[in-house]
Amino acid sequence: MARFVLKTNINGEEREFLADERDSLLDALRERAGLMGAKEGCNNGNCGACAVVLDGRLVNSCCVMAAEVDNSEITTIEGLAEPDSLHPLQETFLENAALQCGICTPGFLMSAKALLDSNPNPTEHEIRWWLAGNLCRCTGYDKIIRAVQDAAERINS
Amino acid sequence: MQTVTYQRASTVNEAIALLSDGGENARVLAGGTDIIVQARERARTVDSFVDIKHIPELMTFNYNTSDGLSVGAATPVYLLYNDNDIQTHYPALVEAITVIGGTAIQGRASLGGNLCNSSPAGDSLTSMMALGAIANIAGPNGERDVAVSEFFTGPGRNILDLGEFVVAISFATPPANSGAAWQRFIPRNEMDIAVVNCGSYVQLDGEIVTDARIALGAVAATPIMVPAAAEALIGRQITDETISAAAEASYEAATPIADMRGSVKQRKHLSKVLTQRTLDIAVERARG
Repeated sequence: MARFVLKTNINGEEREFLADERDSLLDALRERAGLMGAKEGCNNGNCGACAVVLDGRLVNSCCVMAAEVDNSEITTIEGLAEPDSLHPLQETFLENAALQCGICTPGFLMSAKALLDSNPNPTEHEIRWWLAGNLCRCTGYDKIIRAVQDAAERINS
Repeated sequence: MQTVTYQRASTVNEAIALLSDGGENARVLAGGTDIIVQARERARTVDSFVDIKHIPELMTFNYNTSDGLSVGAATPVYLLYNDNDIQTHYPALVEAITVIGGTAIQGRASLGGNLCNSSPAGDSLTSMMALGAIANIAGPNGERDVAVSEFFTGPGRNILDLGEFVVAISFATPPANSGAAWQRFIPRNEMDIAVVNCGSYVQLDGEIVTDARIALGAVAATPIMVPAAAEALIGRQITDETISAAAEASYEAATPIADMRGSVKQRKHLSKVLTQRTLDIAVERARG
């Protein structure tokens, strides 16, 4: 079992910790860095529950090796809220009851944030297309779409 | 995950050396959306990953009207479909790469990865084949170019020898009065593997077809070209009848298996329908 020192910036903080060469980024975040927000759903790139932003781009952290992200910048769900207030997306997900069991929610929030960062005023079609790689087995998606629409409106106002 | 080492190459020669030394279980790591999952699920044996994303030319692409388009093999596809030149000159490529996985997959997945994963259903493959794309390969014995249509030898298998890897994929500048289109059938709107996919290309002189290429995916052990469909078009006037004859040739050429995604009958039928639909669009684009 080959361990190596992983140096990376997570949510604006320089981190340095031991990881295993076999670790995915998801494994490293959860089991080495103690950040349990990104979730393991399918562990094969289908469900999006592990989505994080890696060097400015949304990725599934289960499909990234930890060793690849040396000296990278990573944003996880733990980096979304301000110290004393939720991100507008988190507020509107709560207001719209856009979650039930919550396993998919961190991935949806990271994916939706990446969408609004690149397209502040998406159509419903654009939201559904962008979020196609995030699976939710509880809500039926409509509440999630409404939450993203409400968040876009709130951020733009 | 199986025991695996991770190595970073910063030049093409370094990657060749790492792959040659590593033996057949040293695998190129580009976007990792297939190979990491296959290593974890033990669908492929992997002793070491050779990360090629730190080789600068592997992560860029260039287009100009004289040389056409050259895409570094590890360039994530979202960079391609967001590019104005690629949208303008290679819409059939954009049609394929915008439906590979979802947003997070497209942030990492690459043409080189899709090529080397060599799935019979790989979405970009039939698009590249219809466009006549060439794989630029580097290896211990130098460089060689292989047409994407000649690249595959079986499901998950291809012509790469030990130590070789794909450096870039090249596309000629589309000739005047040419057009291409790509479509796939899946039972939902997104995030699925093709039941059948199809890329078509035509070049016209007035209403006469001077060149054509039709490629089908998920209907054989590898993606296939359908020369009989091209022959049904070349030298003939473009009409509903000639397009139907090409579609009929695709029906005959498809030798699919039945699996959970579709029956033999459905896949053969889809081969015909998608050939007709992509040809209709390709012709429209060729007329400009």
